[in-house]
Amino acid sequence: MNKPIRVLAVGCALLFGALLLNANYVQFVRADELNDMPENRRVIDAEYARERGPIFVAGEAVAESKPVDDRFEFLRTYGPRPRVYSHITGYYSYLYGASGIEQTENDILSGSDPRLLFNRVIDLVTEEQPKGGNVLLTLDPAAQAAAHHGLTALPEQAKGAVVALRPDTGEVLAMVSMPDYDPNVLASHDFAATADAWKRLTSNPAEPLVNRAIQQRYPPGSTFKLVTAAAALSSGQYTPESLVTGQATYTLPNTNIELGNAGRGSCGGEQITLTRALAFSCNTSFAKLGAEDLGAEALRNQAQAFGFGQDVFDGLPNSVISVFPEDPDDPQTALSAIGQFEVAATPLQMAMVVAGIANDGTVMQPFIVAEERSPDLNTLEETEPEALSEAVSPSVAADLRQMMVEVTQSGTGGVAAIPGIEVGSKTGTAESGGGRDPYAWFVSFAPADDPEVAVAVFVEDANVPASEISGGGLAGPIAKSVMEAVITP
Amino acid sequence: MSSAPATAFGFVHRKRRGAELLLLLLALCIGIGAYAIVGLAREGAVPTDILGYGGGLAALALVAHLVVRFRAPYADPVLLPVVVALNGLGLAMLHRIDLSLAAAESVFGPFAPDQLLWSAIGVGLFCLVLFLLPDHRRLQAFTYTFGLAGLVLLLLPLVPGLGVEINGSRVWIRAMGLSFQPGEVAKVCLVTAFSGYLVVNREALALAGRRFLGMDLPRGRDLGPILVAWVASMSVLVFQRDLGSSLLFFGIFVVLLYVATERPGWLVLGGLMFAGGAYAGYLVFGHVRERVGGWLDPFSNPAYDQIVEARFGLAWGGLLGQGLGEGSPTRIPFVWSDFVVAALGEELGLTGLMAILLLYALIVERGLRVALLCRDAFGKLLSVGLATTFALQVFVVIGGVTGLIPLTGLTTPFLSAGGSSMVANWVIIALLLRISHQARRPDPEVRAPEADDATQVVRLR
Repeated sequence: MNKPIRVLAVGCALLFGALLLNANYVQFVRADELNDMPENRRVIDAEYARERGPIFVAGEAVAESKPVDDRFEFLRTYGPRPRVYSHITGYYSYLYGASGIEQTENDILSGSDPRLLFNRVIDLVTEEQPKGGNVLLTLDPAAQAAAHHGLTALPEQAKGAVVALRPDTGEVLAMVSMPDYDPNVLASHDFAATADAWKRLTSNPAEPLVNRAIQQRYPPGSTFKLVTAAAALSSGQYTPESLVTGQATYTLPNTNIELGNAGRGSCGGEQITLTRALAFSCNTSFAKLGAEDLGAEALRNQAQAFGFGQDVFDGLPNSVISVFPEDPDDPQTALSAIGQFEVAATPLQMAMVVAGIANDGTVMQPFIVAEERSPDLNTLEETEPEALSEAVSPSVAADLRQMMVEVTQSGTGGVAAIPGIEVGSKTGTAESGGGRDPYAWFVSFAPADDPEVAVAVFVEDANVPASEISGGGLAGPIAKSVMEAVITP
Repeated sequence: MSSAPATAFGFVHRKRRGAELLLLLLALCIGIGAYAIVGLAREGAVPTDILGYGGGLAALALVAHLVVRFRAPYADPVLLPVVVALNGLGLAMLHRIDLSLAAAESVFGPFAPDQLLWSAIGVGLFCLVLFLLPDHRRLQAFTYTFGLAGLVLLLLPLVPGLGVEINGSRVWIRAMGLSFQPGEVAKVCLVTAFSGYLVVNREALALAGRRFLGMDLPRGRDLGPILVAWVASMSVLVFQRDLGSSLLFFGIFVVLLYVATERPGWLVLGGLMFAGGAYAGYLVFGHVRERVGGWLDPFSNPAYDQIVEARFGLAWGGLLGQGLGEGSPTRIPFVWSDFVVAALGEELGLTGLMAILLLYALIVERGLRVALLCRDAFGKLLSVGLATTFALQVFVVIGGVTGLIPLTGLTTPFLSAGGSSMVANWVIIALLLRISHQARRPDPEVRAPEADDATQVVRLR
């Protein structure tokens, strides 16, 4: 009977061989894939029990992990002013994952980034608890506070966003979205309270968790006239002194629809200069210019040169792409030229338009993470400013800057004037559709001779009579205070 | 064994009890060390009862060793230490799971104290077998008694009022506040019965029938026994919803049939019959389909939570493991029974899991070696049966937990919480040692008869 026993021994060896191979497959080959599955709580728990690295704004921690006496050992807290930075830091929740910088910089903050591997090995040997790295942001605390203060000071239920950029680098100096929320509530270890807060935040129609500065796009209204003006100047057929129509109404091509101006009158003559058309935000001038002289192609190209149609920002999650309509007919082109129809832009995109004009025509890639550091404060990576595109030539940019200064000095943007400093600006009031209040926009830069800051302010549902909503009135003062916060040391 | 001295009468095995003692010390270091590490990791200190616990474990091992030394001195020296290592590791892991369960205020547990008690009972039975059974051939006389006992034990959970259904399988009985899995004991009885039956009938069963694809198929009239075994195993599948036991019983029977007759045709026939039965079961029974579904895509349904968490735990363990006490094995529901290897894989890593698999492989290899050395047909069949039981059971349960095959409910020998499995497996090891002693001891017949030797009266029981 020994022959079958030997055969059986080979059979058993095969069985055990299969078990050994399969163990290697699960625990080695597939391990990373299994560990990365979102429903794998072990990995999340382990991250929770680790000291997560802080997020710094100008030397102050806006998010840090503090030791606590419970099973997670560390609690994520969001500094003295959690709401001011809520859409930047995002939340870090046991139940609901992470958002904002907590999400995009998770590898550094949690310490799992391969560049921190050396530290982890040392920790393993010295029995130290592994720590996460630090993230330094580009934000200017004064500008951020000014932007947040400006939006909170608006009437109740007002929603909106502010973005401020440094034109020559692309650094995000301020980014605020309203309504905001307190990320501490979601990071809490009191899971019942967290679940409660989550339910309230996600069922709130005002969507406080959405970062309106980058995650929503709106019709930019008259602020888009900057793009139309840029296209006109770049075409070579126009100068700031070129005459365009200043009539009270403009009949859209091939239709009987009459387009009027905001004040229902003419813009100061049958023929006015392009500079004056921009200063008084003359709809008829720009609609005609766009539809009859430039065309949709030129407008789209100009918009894309400023960043429309591409994903321009990866510093925070889920940013949306700004769009110019695909194939508009002539009346639609006329409306698109004044930032209506299907033109839609994020507040960040409009800030980039202004920043490009302010930076001699070159749009810089916006970024919010200035530096990543290891737990022992060695620099892992510093973000280098990078040009995204040349939107207009330096001379066209200079013309546009001068025209925008004119908007502040004699046009609709007077509210943003800062004594002793030249400010360039452009207002916007966009139809929001559906019978809702119009959107109010304000974009600006300062100082005009050497711009340090470019701002876009956006306000919706301000709960004031529709006739009183104007980009200048609501949004202008906020832009002014943000610019002052950056310029005044 | 090549270094064993050859005598004029041929090859003589050494007793090697000293080697066994040395290996036992090593095994105790593993078990007691694991217990100490669990304490260090979970409570920051070596458990205060380490002396009592370690002493207890060492005493059990020592008793087992002494019994072997005096009652079966030529027995295989590797089996006992391997089993003690596994048993100690299992106890440490259950203690570790207890601490997590207690911290979470679970209604389950503690398991380690009961497990320690059952280990003691297991060692007691181990000693009893070695004491009461000087020669395994005596068991052959009880072939049909064991067969009947095995069947009764197997069907006991179906008795209303006695059997209880746990986790969908009806394989438990509960009496006097204790629950017991009689299938584990039935396993030993049935292997003994199969061996006894086949020793007697193997000549007839080996007669060749038709030749097919170069293989001699058995004659039609000899199909009776395999049909009975098949029907019995299928009824276990149908009525107790226990795919694992069903596969185990039938598998052992077919393997023994093959070994006894040396006809591979039986293996093919048995394989086809089981595959057919299992496929019919898949078509007819929801619980079988569910198991296969959980195997093919565990992530498709939250009902496969146990498999998914086990998979995550194994991946989390990685190459070196999280360290004893540092993982979260209690995320796996009922981790203390069938899934205990997933907990070990998580905390000891791939390295630890492979070591455990090799320990099991060593038991099987030693068992088969006993079968090769054994001089009587009954002993050969019995040891092959017991070793194969081990191999199949380990393959089915660990293969199921790690996702190699569909999950079926079987306990992990010496590791899973559960008294019936513990005592049954200790008895299996005792039987293997007994056969191994008989196989390895010097042939008594080699002594040259002396002139004045009185005719001996041989008592046949």
